[in-house]
Amino acid sequence: MGTATETFYSVIRRQGITRRSFHKFCSLTATSLGLGPLAASRIANALETKPRVPVIWMHGLECTCCSESFIRSAHPLVKDAVLSMISLDYDDTIMAAAGHQAEAILEETRAKHKGQYILAVEGNPPLNEGGMFCIDGGKPFVEKLKMMAEDAMAIIAWGACASWGCVQAAKPNPTQATPIDKVITNKPIIKVPGCPPIAEVMTGVVTFITTFGKLPELDRQGRPKMFYSQRIHDKCYRRPHFDAGQFVEEWDDEAARKGYCLYKMGCKGPTTYNACSTVRWNGGVSFPIQSGHGCIGCSEDGFWDKGSFYDRLTNIKQFGIEKNADQIGMAAAGAVGAAVAAHAAVTAVKRLASKREDAGHNS
Amino acid sequence: MMDAIAPPVESEPDLTAIAADAAGEHAVGRPTVYVYEAPVRICHWVNAFSIIILMVTGFLIGTPLPAVEGEASANFVMGYMRFAHFAAGQVLAVFFLARILWAFTGNHHSRQIFYLPVHRRQFWKEVWHEIRWYAFLERQPKMYVGHNPLAQTAMFTGFTLFVTFMIVTGFALYSEGEGIDSWQHKLFGWVFSIWPNSQDVHTWHHLGMWALVVFVMVHIYAAIREDIMSRQSIISSMISGERQFRD
Repeated sequence: MGTATETFYSVIRRQGITRRSFHKFCSLTATSLGLGPLAASRIANALETKPRVPVIWMHGLECTCCSESFIRSAHPLVKDAVLSMISLDYDDTIMAAAGHQAEAILEETRAKHKGQYILAVEGNPPLNEGGMFCIDGGKPFVEKLKMMAEDAMAIIAWGACASWGCVQAAKPNPTQATPIDKVITNKPIIKVPGCPPIAEVMTGVVTFITTFGKLPELDRQGRPKMFYSQRIHDKCYRRPHFDAGQFVEEWDDEAARKGYCLYKMGCKGPTTYNACSTVRWNGGVSFPIQSGHGCIGCSEDGFWDKGSFYDRLTNIKQFGIEKNADQIGMAAAGAVGAAVAAHAAVTAVKRLASKREDAGHNS
Repeated sequence: MMDAIAPPVESEPDLTAIAADAAGEHAVGRPTVYVYEAPVRICHWVNAFSIIILMVTGFLIGTPLPAVEGEASANFVMGYMRFAHFAAGQVLAVFFLARILWAFTGNHHSRQIFYLPVHRRQFWKEVWHEIRWYAFLERQPKMYVGHNPLAQTAMFTGFTLFVTFMIVTGFALYSEGEGIDSWQHKLFGWVFSIWPNSQDVHTWHHLGMWALVVFVMVHIYAAIREDIMSRQSIISSMISGERQFRD
């Protein structure tokens, strides 16, 4: 476990990395964060002087896909992030310590780095039955979360679970799984949604926080602007086919082979904020749309409850029916059209009858 | 400002309308009232055409036409469709705003579609009367210089409220492309605090479109029907501005 006085620079020097490589790393990081040329020296200065930020990584109701993604980061390598940049004091999935020994670290970090450490949360706490659906270290996860959040500097909500609720919070949400920002309301929270989030986005966020000692600029929904301010659609390489009006109509049709836009196949790219179309996955190899499948919108709020992954419109489930907005609208317009026609017909008949009546009176 | 008058004479009958022809037969004198001022009429027709364009292009953006052949760079079907939608949307927004401003300076008819006098018993009584008229339970309609109370209710909800909703959600969706530093996002980004997933905003924007389709159908039917049945001009009034009472 790292001590608070140790800096990133001293750790990597001890690992045999040259000062030249260190500066290369700083330049690369500044570039990947979209910062100017002067930022590289500021990053170097910060990493040489600032104590490493202690990070506590907790796991609630989740599938560990966030961790799986995180450990595949290429720029920066996760080994650099975990072993050098931060002082990952606690992560029950990948740490060596176990049992009481592991739990003791939580107390120790809380006392030693009060208000200094980052609490990274993967997954979310279920609140039903007093939180009994997720027991961690002998007590409900929600209690552990609240305890560690109390003295944290900030909280990172990893993935769709911690940010929005994800599959365990999908209707009818039997365990009442609740996203972090609904449970902890008095701490700065940064949401890094996705199922999982992109590895480089995760390490990028960690690098930013450790370098500048503050959270990156967030959007209205608490997501870092640098990775979540644009939709997949805005930077999609198939966008020219969308603008041209060239769409895949069926899986395996000619248009699919030509790589046309997947809009009509229910691609959620136009409503999904993430960096997949720019950063891509697995070290920039590909991303869903490039592999021929539409985006399912995994970084968006309640993406499990928006109907089919292959339909662009949300299903509306009122009055015991399940239809989308256009089906409901067309039915309503049809019904009103029929009513108007019937009303017009009755009006005409009535008018004719009253005219005849009047004529009868006059003669 | 209930305009209920039966028989309807708010101003003096238009005497110029009474003239004798060569045979010495007198034309029927028909009272005419100036109701819709020019800005109201201009706004009405500009908004009407914008809404038609918005409905057609909006539907085709949601349900695009079959794919076009050829190079992507040689086609711009969706691009033009979206351009027409955004342009018509901004025209609608500007003229809707102008219409609101005119309500402050125009005559009292120009204010009718922006409020409902729900606190007045008389208003509800007359709404009920209009409902009975449409249910064929009244033999004679009441005559109004401006909108009848049921029409006022329909205009307030069907036009003022629905169009406001469409403009707000429309600009919010437009701000997604313009970026979070745009004025559109600063003014309308709060919509995404209500529905964090833009897909929900799309759903509501679709439903709003269908609500407007229903409104337009009822609006046009009622205008034609009243023009024939209630013995007062309706359709030509929105062109000339004058309401003529035919008996």
